[in-house]
Amino acid sequence: MPSDKALRDELLAKIRALDVGEVRLMEVCGTHTMSIAASGIRSMLPENVSLLSGPGCPVCVTPPQVIDAVLELSMEPGVILASYGDMLRVPGSRRGDSLLRRRALGAKVETVYSPVDAVELALREPEKQVVFLGVGFETTAPGTAAAVLTAQEKGAKNFSLFSMLKTVEPALRALIAQDGFNIDGFLCPGHVATILGERGFQYLPAEFGLPGVIAGFEPEDILLAVYLLLRQIAEGRPRIENAYPRAVSHDGNVLAQKMLSRCFEARADVWRGLGTIPASGLGLKAELSDFDAEKRFRVRYAEAEPPTACRCGEVITGRLRPEGCPLFGTVCTPEDPVGPCMVSSEGACAAAYKYRGVL
Amino acid sequence: MCLAIPLKLVEINGNTAVGEAMGMRREIRVDFIDKPKLGDYVIVHAGFAIERLPEGQAREDLDAWEEVRHALG
Amino acid sequence: MDEIITLDYGSGGKKTARLIEQLLVPAFSNPALEALGDGAFVEGADKLAFSTDSFVVDPLFFPGGDIGKLSVCGTVNDLAVCGAEPKYLSLSFILEEGLKTEELRRIVASVRAQAEKAGVQIVTGDTKVVEKGRGDRIYINTAGIGFVRFPGLSPKKLRPGDAVIVSGTVGDHGTAVMLARSGMMQGDIRSDCAALNTLCARVLGTGAAVRVLRDPTRGGVATTLNEFVEGTELGIVLREEDVPIRPQVRSACAMLGLEPLYCANEGKVLAVVAAEDVQTVLDAMRGTDEGRDAAVIGTVSDAYPGRLVMETAFGGKRVLQKLTGAQLPRIC
Repeated sequence: MPSDKALRDELLAKIRALDVGEVRLMEVCGTHTMSIAASGIRSMLPENVSLLSGPGCPVCVTPPQVIDAVLELSMEPGVILASYGDMLRVPGSRRGDSLLRRRALGAKVETVYSPVDAVELALREPEKQVVFLGVGFETTAPGTAAAVLTAQEKGAKNFSLFSMLKTVEPALRALIAQDGFNIDGFLCPGHVATILGERGFQYLPAEFGLPGVIAGFEPEDILLAVYLLLRQIAEGRPRIENAYPRAVSHDGNVLAQKMLSRCFEARADVWRGLGTIPASGLGLKAELSDFDAEKRFRVRYAEAEPPTACRCGEVITGRLRPEGCPLFGTVCTPEDPVGPCMVSSEGACAAAYKYRGVL
Repeated sequence: MCLAIPLKLVEINGNTAVGEAMGMRREIRVDFIDKPKLGDYVIVHAGFAIERLPEGQAREDLDAWEEVRHALG
Repeated sequence: MDEIITLDYGSGGKKTARLIEQLLVPAFSNPALEALGDGAFVEGADKLAFSTDSFVVDPLFFPGGDIGKLSVCGTVNDLAVCGAEPKYLSLSFILEEGLKTEELRRIVASVRAQAEKAGVQIVTGDTKVVEKGRGDRIYINTAGIGFVRFPGLSPKKLRPGDAVIVSGTVGDHGTAVMLARSGMMQGDIRSDCAALNTLCARVLGTGAAVRVLRDPTRGGVATTLNEFVEGTELGIVLREEDVPIRPQVRSACAMLGLEPLYCANEGKVLAVVAAEDVQTVLDAMRGTDEGRDAAVIGTVSDAYPGRLVMETAFGGKRVLQKLTGAQLPRIC
C-alpha cells in the first residue's frame, strides 16, 4: 500500500496533469476555509487553480444590524447571553463595538460549546434570562432545535433562542444569480451534507450545470475533492460526487432533518455582504414562540444596512480581489474588521492581508 | 462549517452519551443517531452527534486517506 | 487566624501582623525576610537581572499547578531566560475579602515548595485586602532579582541557518487551564508549570552558541517566534511535523477549536542556537526533567523576512502571525 505522502503526491500529479486552464473553485464552509489555511493547500496547487472562500463562516455573515440588536440585548438587566466563542469579536455597525467590548462594559456573556450548555445555564440561573445566540447552518440547527425542546421539557422558561441560523442553498443560489458569477465548481460543505445528504446539492448540476464535490475536513479530503472537481471540469460532466462517504449518505440524517422541520420555518434573512436573501434563515415555529428571544424581548432592527464602502459581496463571490476594495488594509484590518471576509481569521480578506508578500 | 470530530461512544444514557477521543471525554447528545451503541464512532458538532461512522472505519485515527485510496482505485 | 480573610487582615494592624507572622514568614523563613524591615538586604553581584510579573488565573488550582506555583515559576523563568541565576523574589498578594484562609495556606505552601525547588528566597512581600467584589479571590505579584551569568542573549543575534529548539511539548498549560475552566471535558492534561532555571543554566553552561532563550507563555510558541523576527531581515521556518504536542492536547484543542501553537506554556523554553551546537543543546535539555521531550522544530532563514512560516505536515506552507487577542473557542 502506498504511503500517505506518495498518495498525496499522486493526487497532486493527477491535478497537474489535467488540462483545465484557469479554474476557480469555491468552498462555502468556514471549517474548509480554516483547514485549507492550516494545511497550506493553496501553496501546493498549480497556479491555474484558485481556491476562493465563499460566505461559509456563519458567524461572519451575521450582519451588523443583527449584531447591534444583540449588543443592545446584552445590556438589558438580568440578561445573560450564551454564545459560541467566535461570535464575540464580530463587529456591529459601530466600529469596534462587539460582545467582547460589551462584556468589558458589564454585559453578562458566557461562552458555550453547545446549545445544551445554555439550557443548563438557564436551569442554574432561574432568576436570569438566558438567551442563546444560535448561529450556524444546517449542521448546527438540529442541535439548537433539540436544545429548545429540552428547555421546554425541563421547564426552563427563562431560556430563549436568538436565531441567526441560516441555510446554505438559498445563499448559493443568490451567489450564482449575481452578475459576473464566474465560479467553476463548489466544494460542498461536508457536515451540512451529513444532515442533508448528497441529494441536498443536486440542484447545482441539475439547474446550473455546476460541478459539486462533497468534501470532508482533513487536508487529504479537500485535496481529493479538488481533484474530483477538476476531473469533472476536464470531462465536461458536472455532477455531485461524494468524497466524504464515511460521513455523508445519499439521504442524509433523517432524524436531524425531522427535527429541523418540526421546530423551524424558513424566513427571509440578511447576510453580511450579500444583503437580504429570501427563505435563507431559520426562525422558530409559532408553537415554540415562547422560546423566541426576538419575540420575548421585542427585538427591532435598524431599517437598512448602514452605508459602507465594504465590497465583501464582490470579494465573496470572487468578482473582486481583496486588494481591490477601498477599505482593505486601511480602514478594514483583522484587528478592526468591517466585512465578513475580514472578520473570519481565514476569510478571503484576512488571508490576503496576512499573506501579503509572503507566499 | 462546521468544526466536528469523531468520538467513540463509551457511555450511553438515553439521549445523552459520553464520547471519547485520545483519552479526552465529553458529554454529548445522541438524539440524531438511530439506536446508538457503545463503541460506535460518531461525528460530533456543537455537542450533538450528527452521524455514525461506518464500522470498518471505527478506529481512533479515522483515515481520510482511505477515501483517497478508494477514489483513486 | 479566622476561617476566611476579612478586610481586617489588610488593615495594617494586629490581624495583618498575625497573617504575616503566622502564615507567611514561617513558610519562607530566611534571615533577609525575618528582619521584617521595609526592605530586605541581600547580597549582590556585578550585573543583576530584575523582572516582575503578576498572576491572575481562574481556576486558582488546576491539574499540574496553582496560582502560587505559577507565581514563582513565572518570575524565575523570566530571569532564567535572560541568562541569570534567579536568587531573590518579592511576593505580594492582593486578596479579596472572603477568601478561605485554607486556600491561602495551600497557595503559600505551594509558593514555598516551588521556591525551594528553584533555589530562590522570598525576601520581602506585601499583602492588601480588597472588599468583596473588588477582586477575584487572589492576585499575586512577584518580582525577582537574578545574578547574570550568561550576558548577551538577544534575538538580534539570530543568523540564517540557526536552529530553533523547544524544550518539550507545546500547549499543555493553556489547554489544562481552559479545560479546568470550562468543565466540559475530562481527560488527563496537566499544566507544564515548572521552573526552568536548571535547564537554562545547563544549556548555557555547555558553552554552546545560544543566540536567545525565551519562555513562550501567553500567545504561545507562534507568538514568541514572531517576536524574535518581527521587523528584522530574518524569518523562521517551522516544521509542523517536528513540533511535539501531546495527543490529548491535540484532541482537546480540536474539540475546543484552539491551536496548540497559540496556547500558553509555563514550563517550556524556546532556544535559538547555532546549527553546529544543536546536539549539545538538545543533550543538555534532555538531561533535565523539564527538557526530556526537547526537539528541533525550525530554522532561521532569510527567505521570509520578519515572518514565521510553517511547513505543514501535509506539505503546504502557512504563515503564522502573533496572536491578536485571546483565543476564542470556535464553532467553525
